[in-house]
Formats: sequence, structure tokens, C-alpha cells
Amino acid sequence: MATVFIPALLRKLTGGKDRTSATGATLRELINDLDRQFPGFRDRVVEHGDLAGSVAVSINGEVITGGLAEPVPTDSEIHFVPAIAGG
Amino acid sequence: MEAQPEHKFKVIGTRPIRHDGVDKVTGRARYGADISLPGMLHAKVLRSPHAHARIKAIDASVARALSGVKAVITGADFPDVPPEMVQIGENFVNARNLSMNIMARDKVLYDGHAVAAVAATSPHIAEEAVKLIKVEYEVLPHVQNVLAAMKDDASVLHPDLRTGGTAEKSDKQTNVANQVRFARGDLEAGFAAAEVIAEREFNTAMVHQGYIEPHNAVAQYNQDGRSTIWVSTQGSFAIRELCGHILQMNRGDIKVVPAEIGGGFGGKTTVYLEPLALLLSKKTGRPVKMVMTRNEVLRATGPTSGSHIRVKVGANKEGKITAAQVWMAYEAGAYPGSPIAVGCMTVLAPYDIDNLQIDGFDVVLNKPKTAAYRAPGATNAAFATETVVDEIVEKLGIDPLEFRRINGAKEGTAQPAGPQFRRIGNLETVEAIKNSPHYQSPLQKSHDGKLRGRGVASGFWINAGFQSSAIVSINTDGTANVVTGSPDIGGTRASCAMIAAEVLGLKAEEVHPVVADTESIGHTDTTGGSRVTFATGYAVYEAAQDAVNQLKQRAATLWKAKPDDVVYQDGVVSCTTNGHESMTLRELAGRLPRAGGPVTGRASMTPRGVGPAFTTHVVDVEVDAETGKVDILRYTAAQDVGKAVHPSYVEGQIQGGVSQGVGWALNEEYYYDENGLMRNTGFLDYRMPTTLDLPMIETILVEVANPGHPIGIRGVGEVPIVPPPAAIANAIYRAVGVRMTELPMSPPKVCKAIAEKR
Repeated sequence: MATVFIPALLRKLTGGKDRTSATGATLRELINDLDRQFPGFRDRVVEHGDLAGSVAVSINGEVITGGLAEPVPTDSEIHFVPAIAGG
Repeated sequence: MEAQPEHKFKVIGTRPIRHDGVDKVTGRARYGADISLPGMLHAKVLRSPHAHARIKAIDASVARALSGVKAVITGADFPDVPPEMVQIGENFVNARNLSMNIMARDKVLYDGHAVAAVAATSPHIAEEAVKLIKVEYEVLPHVQNVLAAMKDDASVLHPDLRTGGTAEKSDKQTNVANQVRFARGDLEAGFAAAEVIAEREFNTAMVHQGYIEPHNAVAQYNQDGRSTIWVSTQGSFAIRELCGHILQMNRGDIKVVPAEIGGGFGGKTTVYLEPLALLLSKKTGRPVKMVMTRNEVLRATGPTSGSHIRVKVGANKEGKITAAQVWMAYEAGAYPGSPIAVGCMTVLAPYDIDNLQIDGFDVVLNKPKTAAYRAPGATNAAFATETVVDEIVEKLGIDPLEFRRINGAKEGTAQPAGPQFRRIGNLETVEAIKNSPHYQSPLQKSHDGKLRGRGVASGFWINAGFQSSAIVSINTDGTANVVTGSPDIGGTRASCAMIAAEVLGLKAEEVHPVVADTESIGHTDTTGGSRVTFATGYAVYEAAQDAVNQLKQRAATLWKAKPDDVVYQDGVVSCTTNGHESMTLRELAGRLPRAGGPVTGRASMTPRGVGPAFTTHVVDVEVDAETGKVDILRYTAAQDVGKAVHPSYVEGQIQGGVSQGVGWALNEEYYYDENGLMRNTGFLDYRMPTTLDLPMIETILVEVANPGHPIGIRGVGEVPIVPPPAAIANAIYRAVGVRMTELPMSPPKVCKAIAEKR
């Protein structure tokens, strides 16, 4: 089970919960599980079948690069953060 | 792959002559404006004289009839682009908005917004023709203040814009494009536990990156549908993608050749002229060249956001921060996309805070669409928070560096957005400043009645990874070429060459770096985000290792040995069996034709393990209370640089970032009149620092290896711009007893603040 930290502006979907447990061997499966727990969650982070371009995901402190196919190790800590560029 | 901090490097960490140095100082380096092609036309742009207006009609008939004019284009000539968000390289953009930004459709949204473009046989004819284009406008109310733009009764720029980022979808017309929030802990309890609280509001002005070289592009569209663009850009592949989207052309039919670049700082990561030049070339059948004037650069490219920020911080009497709350509204300009999200991710990052809430808003208004500027979003935020932190420090009566030692983020600290930091050098930079000759020496009093003060501020930048490709090929004389797709805006061709040299056991000057076009190297994301030495350098490292493996195989072939029995070390390949033969790389290179052929190492990757950057700055200022002028007496910046590949370049990046931060702090601002027109459209009135305004900036390179990179590299180029405005504001306070809450802290504003205090 991974611990998923819920983005502050999406906590209305989770009844105010700021974190939850979720299962999934990949990020896709994990997000599907989150959507089962909190309907509407997937639409906020997935677009056109992949991670929304404005969203990045950090697994255990590292921003992942594999999109929804990214493996999710057991007992991971997951954060949804804004995708960034630079100057 | 973990960095090996104790590894003794032979090339990395030295200071070889930069590979592009001779070309740059002799004028042989070719920039975008130097490109000239047979039959080339010149194009100029007609720009809006209004901040907000509906375009009712455009009549270009007189312009078209002018002798020498070959084509005129307007928004009607551009294909309709779907209004969807597309991932273009590292950027996530609305392609339709981008298309409308480079050429207006039914509305103009800022002074300088492009309305039409003319290609003619000379730039002078093009300029005359532009004046002959008649445009009928219906002027609309404009809004240029971020708080005013957020009001319910504000003039709306985009009737179909709705606020994104929230759980519920709103149906309200608005200028607020997006909302961000990070929150954890219990804010109320945190402030209740505070024994000192400081709270202030801040305003920062829109500022420009200030690159000396204006935007330019030369485009040639061929009859077979393939085209080439020569341009001074930070990202050739991004230019290709953006032009492809805007003009609905196949990306593979567009070749982008990066010219040398005279500064970018984030402002040259997108398109302004390229699609116009390409479309004009398609219409005329001839190459088309476009170069902006300074007036156009300032009015119509991508400055960074002005902002309104509110900060509240509480701490207990032991000096520990108990709660922090930040509210930030950033100007996006005419279309959504300010750096508000990353501003929220960087604000307060130097501190370990359990109870915090950060709210950010991306707000459109009638100014040019913002673009990235060196650590985009972070400088505004740090100006506000580091000033309030300084006020807390003063209330507690403790040393500002001791406060940072108590509260400093370290490995395991949660970032504002939530993930925990891995190994970082924040506290090491604090310690470095504490021990620095600057901080250890007392501030001398002025002899002529001016007032002096010393200020401290911290900064953070996330840094980026993204995609990079590299080729390392061995020449017949044992030297090597390194080919990458990363335009060099700050020394990365040198760092890439040095990384390859280190792996191959060559001298830096024996490796020749090449920045290639989009057909000569694999996909490489934009130079920006302080990513190139990390990510492209990582690709070079892997490509060089690939070359080494091939060299070992070639040697094994020659010696009739197994590759596993061949060792490569310091440019010498040797066999552990078969009589222990050995060859230098030069000797082996000469024998490659009979050993299996040329050696070309390659790598394409999206490396993980990005290491963020922290910095701590101290500055001494002198304030003339009569004129409000602030002089920088001494400035020291300590920065965690991971591993300084070429220390001179790293020092230069720090000094450059500080210099830009000083300009941002003391003078630079976009000044608009009551009609919404920009009035300081040249470097005389858009006042940037010169060598006369700055002392030598002292740099302290703190090397805390990034565990995510084989050489320990962290990006270095952006974080140095983050602390200067706050450090200077804190120094001004110590000098004259006034907290400045507005940028720039220009002489009139400092004077006014001093007078109000009296």
C-alpha cells in the first residue's frame, strides 16, 4: 500500500482527508484506486489517457518520468505536484 | 547512480579556456542576426497601439502595393489551432493561446501585440509598409493591476476562461486562470503557538530578462514542404514543436538550427518571430529574416510576472517557526501561464515548517504574456517571505544566520509541495556565509553621512531534468567530439566537453563540443531550468561510457582477447592477459579501421535524481537618505553547487544571477501610463545595472554532491537570482529603519519611505 498525499485543492473530493492509502503496481492502477475511493479524482490528474501535462508525480521524493506506466513500489510516499520548467 | 564525492577528478573542477572563447571575443561567433541567405527578404511587424481593443478591420492594400513588398500576413493567415493543452518539450502550453499571442486574431490584449507582418526586399521598405497598414480598433477598457484584474467587475480578457486547479469546475467569467494551494498541519494552532508574528503585504513590478541580443529568426520554406529556421534560441526542439503546432506542419519537416545566443535567461524558450518568418517565407518562396528592436523586445516578448503577495509568519521564542501563510497573485500577462505554481513550490523552501498554507493565483491582464525568467516565480516570493523572516529575526533578537540554522531545511524536510528533500546543502551555505570574510568583518560606518546596513536572505530553486541526447565520437587522432542538442547560454558546451574528457581520460581541449541542429542529434529539451550540465551532462557521461566500452571491444579485437580482459583508465587501454599490452587512446584511434570500425558512443535519457539548489546571500548597502539611492558596497553569495564542473563558469553564473537580482531590486520595472502603454521601452529608461553599479560579487562554492548524479552535479544557474531583492531590502532596513515592501526599491520609493517614517 502506498501513502498518497492529496493536493490541498482536491481535498473537497476526499472529504477533507489530506492523505490516504492506495494500491496499484503502476501509477495508472494507483490513480484508478484513488478514483474508486474518491470519484472524480482521476479526471483532475489524467488527461488524454496520460498524466495531465500540468501535473508531476513524486514517488519517495523523486519526480518520476514514466507517466502512468511508472511502477509504484510498495510502501511508497506519493505526492502530486505541479509540473515545472525553468528559465 | 550515486555520486562518489571523494572521487578525484582530473578535468572536472579545473578551469580550461572555454571552447567557444576565441570565436566569441573575435566576433566570429555567428548569432541569429548574422545569418544571411541569397534572395533573403526582411520582415517587420505592425503592433497594437492599444492595451485592449477589438480588431474591427485590417486594410493592407496600400502596404501590399508598395514597391518591394512581397507579402503581408495577419491573424487570418494562420490555421485554427485546437484550444488544447499540449506538452511541447518541457513546457505545457495552450497552443491556440500561443498562436494568438504571436499574431492577434479578433482582439489585441496588450500594447505591442502583433497585428500584421510585412516581408519586403529591405528592412526599411518593410518598416514603411507597416505604417501603411490601416487597422480599425474598438478600444476596450484595460486592466493592468493584478488585484484589480481579480475583481468580479474587472474587464475580462477571455470570456471563455474559467479558473482551473480546483475540485469544482467554475462557470464564472474571470481573469483568474488557475489556482494552486499547498497546505499541511494546523495553521490555526501553529499561529496560536507563536510568540512573535510578522505580517506584511508586498507588490513587485513586472521586469524583463534584459538580454542584450534581441529576438531574431531567419526562415526558409522550400517548395517540397521542408523548411529550416536559424534562430538564437534556448531550445531548438521546442521551436520546432511550437512552429509545427502553430502552423499545423509536420515537426519532421522543420529543421531548427540554433545560432549563438546573446542571453536568454528563459525569455528565449518560446516563439515570437519564428512562425511569422516561416509563414512569410512560405508565401513569398524566399528566405525571410526578422530581428526585433529593443522597443519590441520590451513591449512584446515575455517579461516575468509582477505580483501581489501577503505573508504571515509566526515563531516561538526559541526561534522555531510555528506557522507560515502566504497568498500570492502573479501576473500572467495576456494569456494564462505565470510561474505561480513553481513560485508556490519554492516559497519558504529553505525552512522546515510543519504548519503552512500557500495559495497562488495565475491572473491574466493587459500586459505581454509572461515567459520564464531565471528561477521563474521564486524571486518575487523570496522578496516577500525573506523580508518577513527578517522581521521575525529582529523581533526575536537573534542572528539571522542562527535563525536559519534553527529552521533550515535539510535531508528529510518536507518541501512546500510535500515531497521530502534528499541530500541538500542548505545549512552548509548558511555556515559558509557565517564563516565568510564578509560576514566576519564589521560593517564600517560611512564618512559622508550616508547610512549603511547589512542584510541576509536565502533562496531555493528546484532545478529540472527532462530529456537530453548526446553523441561522443572518437576522431582518428584520438581526440573526441561531443555533440548535444543543448544551446549554450552559460558554459554548458564547456562542461559537457569536460565531462567527456574526464571519462575518456583526455584533456578538456582535446574534446570538441558541438551544439547541433534538430536533424543532427536526438531530441533534447530546452536549455533552461538549470538542467543542462545535469541532464545533458548525464547523457554525455553515458555516451562517453558507451564509447569506452566500444574502445575496449576494439582493443580486444586487436589483441585477440576477451573484452572483459581489457581495462580503460585515464586514456590508456590495457589488457590484463595476453602479455599485458597497452595502447593510448591516440594509438588505438589510429588502428580503429582494422579493429572493427569507428567508435561513436550515444545516449538519450530522461535522467532522474535531479538535485535542487540552495543559496544564502549577505549584502552591505549604503543609502543616501536625501536621494534614496542605494549603493551595493559588498555582496557575497554562498551556493550549494553539487560539483562545480568548471568553477569559473559556476562563479560567473552566480555573479550574473546576483547582478540581475540587484537590478530587479533597485531599478527595473515596466512602467505603463494611464492608457496602458509602456513608456520605458529602451535601456535608458528600463534601467539595468552596469559595471558601474556593482562591486565584484564574491562567491563561495559549497559542494554537497547530488546523490542522484554520477558526478554529483546540481544545476547552478537560476538560484542566485532569488535572494538579492530580499537581502537588499533587509540591508536597507538595517541602514534606515524602513521595511521596503515594493519592488523596485528605486530612489523615489526609498525617499518616500524614509520621509513617511519621519
